[in-house]
Amino acid sequence: MARAVSNKTKIINTVVGGTIGFLIFFPILWIFIVSFKTEEDAIRAPMEVLFSSGWTLDSFAAVQARADYLKHFFNSVIISVGSTLLGLVIAIPAAWSMAFVPTKNTKNVLMWMLSTKMLPPVGVLIPIYLLFRDLGILDSRIGLTIVLMLINLPIIIWMLYTYFKEIPSEILEAARMDGANLREEVLYVLTPMAVPGIASTVLLSIILAWNESFWTIILTSAKAAPLTAFINSFSSPEGLFYAKLSAASIMAIAPILIMGWFSQKQLVRGLTFGAVK
Amino acid sequence: MGRITLKQVQKKFGDVEVIPPLDLEIKDGEFVVFVGPSGCGKSTLLRLIAGLEDTTSGNIEIDDEDATGLPPAKRGLAMVFQSYALYPHMSVRKNIAFPMRMAKIPKEEQDRKIEAAAKALNLTDYLDRKPGQLSGGQRQRVAIGRAIVREPAAFLFDEPLSNLDAALRVGMRLEISELHKRLDTTMVYVTHDQVEAMTMADKIVVLQAGVIEQVGSPLDLYRAPKNKFVAGFIGSPKMNLIEGAAASKHNTHTIGIRPEHIEVSTKSGDWKGTVGVSEHLGSDTFLHVNVDGFAEPITVRISGDIELKYGDSIYLTPIAEQLHKFDDQGQRV
Repeated sequence: MARAVSNKTKIINTVVGGTIGFLIFFPILWIFIVSFKTEEDAIRAPMEVLFSSGWTLDSFAAVQARADYLKHFFNSVIISVGSTLLGLVIAIPAAWSMAFVPTKNTKNVLMWMLSTKMLPPVGVLIPIYLLFRDLGILDSRIGLTIVLMLINLPIIIWMLYTYFKEIPSEILEAARMDGANLREEVLYVLTPMAVPGIASTVLLSIILAWNESFWTIILTSAKAAPLTAFINSFSSPEGLFYAKLSAASIMAIAPILIMGWFSQKQLVRGLTFGAVK
Repeated sequence: MGRITLKQVQKKFGDVEVIPPLDLEIKDGEFVVFVGPSGCGKSTLLRLIAGLEDTTSGNIEIDDEDATGLPPAKRGLAMVFQSYALYPHMSVRKNIAFPMRMAKIPKEEQDRKIEAAAKALNLTDYLDRKPGQLSGGQRQRVAIGRAIVREPAAFLFDEPLSNLDAALRVGMRLEISELHKRLDTTMVYVTHDQVEAMTMADKIVVLQAGVIEQVGSPLDLYRAPKNKFVAGFIGSPKMNLIEGAAASKHNTHTIGIRPEHIEVSTKSGDWKGTVGVSEHLGSDTFLHVNVDGFAEPITVRISGDIELKYGDSIYLTPIAEQLHKFDDQGQRV
């Protein structure tokens, strides 16, 4: 029998959960509200901001007038999708070999890859900056795509590795017996079977790349700047303009938020893939 | 053609020798069964033939050509796995078509072969379903269909029936035997179930710890087991193996007598004992008799019509011509 839960407990759980959820979401709600206020309203006391009556789109207009939103948006799309696809091309064969032809060092290699994520990025800032400068790829989409791909590669490989481990090797052996070569085995059997896993890996990688701000701000100035750099440009030395900053933030996070919303089922399914047989 | 010859084939996993060098000849069209307890290396041996494992040393020849280094795809063999290993994202039709697609066979010919295989295996109504929507027996038939359309030199079966329930297993056993008669292609079949081995095989290979204990027809193995291991493994219920005074009387270390080769009497006989548990199958009854002076109970197969109760005293007499003798090394005398 399922555990009995009294109605009182249910109500308490709902209220507590709802409150925590609201607290976490509150900053985003705040930014959303402030983005529709005038700069004068935006710096008032919190309660006054919430209940002041003026609603305006001026901030959005001002932001668009000062910077070309669409240009940054396309930079973000190209960099995050590009780095994800490039990452997949490298990660699928890597995860395949570690999942299906493991050696006694496979675990060590995986840990080593993960350990690169423990390194503070600023630690390699100077060498990477110099490399970019000498290769002439500072402020270029291709440069950012490569660096974001490298940053997310350990996570992509780890995720794919865990999904691939769930696929019974007998099925791949059957493909081999049926005359498939390695390319056909990966293309026609492994990849279609791992689609849920690959899809959530892709989503997560796009989100991580979209939100990456350390490298995108440092390695770009104008041409290749994605939305993270676009937000950053609104925290200017002349002072903080909360309403414009909020409007820029909303414009930057809206696409990924909407994408995340529509794909959350897939994301959750992928992240718990294999947890329950 | 499907002649498979193993020459001094050896397999080690690291330092562990799973299969010491062995020789084996499988003739074209033969139904060969590898049988043995779990962990005896029978599946590994099959996977070596398939090419899914590399040999440590020795040669595997298929139709007199060295196939030792060939990848599985190039060996012209088809395999049916214990888990069926169907492609879950493809329909039955696509599953069966897969090997032909890999071989780049024209579409019309593919369709013709799929129809023929589906008809032979009663799968016509299920061609557009996914494997997840099929029962165990149907999945097994799809796996066989996928193997048939390749027109392989030999079929390899790795415990194909062990995931099926008992009734279905008997049916599939017959279907596979019939398939063998119809196609007349070499089949190599791995099982731990000696009943499957006895009923299906032209030739049984009994394995223990990677070593071939005996090769022969089912009746050869039943009538003249080479050693105690084969004697105990082949036949159901198991052969009774008796040591001590009863064996010394026959001037040997161990005697063996099958349950069906013992006469039962309530009045007189060689061995006196009391009836223990009886297993009634209807046609037959298996009696477990505790014989005075024997370490283990003796199993006796009697007609189902004979009524004997727990605790009854009875006399047993082994049929002299059917007695097997083994020396202290366990070898047949």
